[in-house]
Amino acid sequence: MLMIRIKAPVKATKGQVIELKAMIQHKMETGYRRDKYGRQIPRDILRRFECLYNEEVVFRAQFFPAVAANPILTFYTVATESGFLVFRWVDEAGVEAFDKVELEVV
Amino acid sequence: MLHSLCRNISILSLLMWSAFASGEEIRSFHDKPDLPTSEIKSGYEFLTRESRMLQSDDFANPGLLWVDRGEILFHEEGEHKSCASCHKGQGNYTLAGAAATFPKMVSGRLTNLEVQINHCRVERQRLVAFEYESEKQLSLTAYVASLSRGMPYQVSIVGDARPSFTKGRDYFFQRRGQLNLACTQCHDDNQGKLLRGDRISQGHPNAYPGYRLEWQTFGSLHRRIQDCDVGVKAAPFEAGSTTYIELELYLAWRAKHLLLESPGIRR
Amino acid sequence: MSQDHPVKFGRRSMLKAGAAGVGSLVWAPLLASPAAVDASIADLFDGRVAQSGRVTVKIPPITENGTSVAFRVDVESPMTQEDHVLRIAVFAEENPVPDIAHYELGPRAGIASVESRIRMNGSQRIRAVAEMNDGSLWTGHAFSIVTLAACLL
Repeated sequence: MLMIRIKAPVKATKGQVIELKAMIQHKMETGYRRDKYGRQIPRDILRRFECLYNEEVVFRAQFFPAVAANPILTFYTVATESGFLVFRWVDEAGVEAFDKVELEVV
Repeated sequence: MLHSLCRNISILSLLMWSAFASGEEIRSFHDKPDLPTSEIKSGYEFLTRESRMLQSDDFANPGLLWVDRGEILFHEEGEHKSCASCHKGQGNYTLAGAAATFPKMVSGRLTNLEVQINHCRVERQRLVAFEYESEKQLSLTAYVASLSRGMPYQVSIVGDARPSFTKGRDYFFQRRGQLNLACTQCHDDNQGKLLRGDRISQGHPNAYPGYRLEWQTFGSLHRRIQDCDVGVKAAPFEAGSTTYIELELYLAWRAKHLLLESPGIRR
Repeated sequence: MSQDHPVKFGRRSMLKAGAAGVGSLVWAPLLASPAAVDASIADLFDGRVAQSGRVTVKIPPITENGTSVAFRVDVESPMTQEDHVLRIAVFAEENPVPDIAHYELGPRAGIASVESRIRMNGSQRIRAVAEMNDGSLWTGHAFSIVTLAACLL
C-alpha cells in the first residue's frame, strides 16, 4: 500500500482557481544505481499521473527518472461543480494507486 | 576573568572527580570542554533555506509519509491488541514526549525507541520483533517520535545509565577509520566550516528518525551514524548495536536544550 | 609525471560504498547535453521552434543536494478556451535522460503553473517548453548549482 497525501480545499466558490497538492511514497528507482554487489538495480518508477474531476481529466503528467523520489505535484484547476477529485498514479507495470477527495462548490 | 577561571577550574575538578569516582582513567579528550550551551545549534541551522522550508512544511515533508503509515500501524488491531489500546489518552502510558526520554535504562538494559517498541511487540502484543530499518519499524518510530516534536531531550546519565553514557562519550572522542578521525574533530572543532559544499553541523541527533536527501528515503539515527563511520572509512557497527545505542545516549545528552524535530530533513 | 583528468564543475561523485546498503550512482553510457535536449524538444514538438518568453522556471540558484530540488514553472496565459497552454515539457541539460516530466494542462487548469521536485545530476540548466493551443511554443530556463556533499560514501 503506497502512502498518499493530498492537499485540496474542502470548499470553493464556483470559478475559483484552486491549488491541489498530491504526494505519493515511491522510490522512483532510476535504473542507474548499483547495489552493493555491483548489480544494476532495475528501473522502477511511476510513469503517469492523472487528476480527474468528476471523472473528467483536468491534469496529466508523464514522469521520467529525473522526478524525485516520493514525488509531489502542485497544480491548479478551476472549481466548476461539487463532486470528487481523484488522484491516480500508474507505474511501468501498469499498477495503479489512487486517492479521492470530495469538493463542495458553492 | 577570574570568575570564569574559577568556574572553569571547578568544572574541571568536577569532571576529574566524577571520573575518579566511577573508577575511570582520565583521558585527555575528557578534559576538553563541551560545546558552550549558548552555541548549541540544531542541524536545521546548517541547512539551505529550501531544505529548512521542506522540514517545516506540514504537508510536503516526505517524512510525513512514514508518520502517516506509523499512525495507521499504531491503531492496527488484529489477533493482537493495538499499540493504541494501551497508549491512547491520558495516564502513564501516553506517548507524547516519550521519544524524548530515550535512550534509557529499562530493566537493566540500555533501551532506545526501537528496542522499546520491539519489547512491546514481543512481550505485550505477542508479535515478532521488527528487523532494524524495516519499513514498518521506521514508520512506527516516525509516528512515535513525531509525538515529541518540539520537545527537548529528557535523558538521564546518572545511576545505572552512567557506564553507557561514558562508553558513548568514549566513542565520540575515539579516532577511527582510515581517515583516523574522531566525531569531535569535525562536529566540535570544525562545526560551521565548509567541507567541500557542505557546512559541517554539530552532529546532533534531533532530526532522526528522519528523511535524508542523500538516501532519498526515511531512516534511523543508527543508519546516519553508519554513514558517518563509512565517511571516515571505518567499518560501521550494526544498526541496533549496543555501541550505537550508547553513542545515542551521549548524543541525546550533548544536544542539551535542542528540540526534537523528527521527522526532520537533512542532507 | 601525473596527468590530471579534467573534472567538470559540479559533477557528483559516482561511487558510493555499499556499507549502509546504498546503491551507487553510475552514469548511463550516453549523457544528455544541451544538444540532446534540443533533439528531445524537436522530437516532441515536430521540429517547431520555441520562442523565448512567457515561461518562467524557478529553481534555487544553489542547492545542497541534487536528489530533490524544488522546481516551479509558470506560463503567462489567460487559460481561456480560446487561449491556453496545452502542455509543458521540462528538460535537464546534464541528466542521463533529457526529459524530466511532461505536464498536460488545458483551460480547466485556471493558471498554467506546476510545482514539483526533480533530480539534478550536477549543476545545469533546466529548460521548460510550453505549447499553446495555437501551436506556438515558448521557452524559459533557469540554472542551479548543485554542490558536492562533504563525505563521499
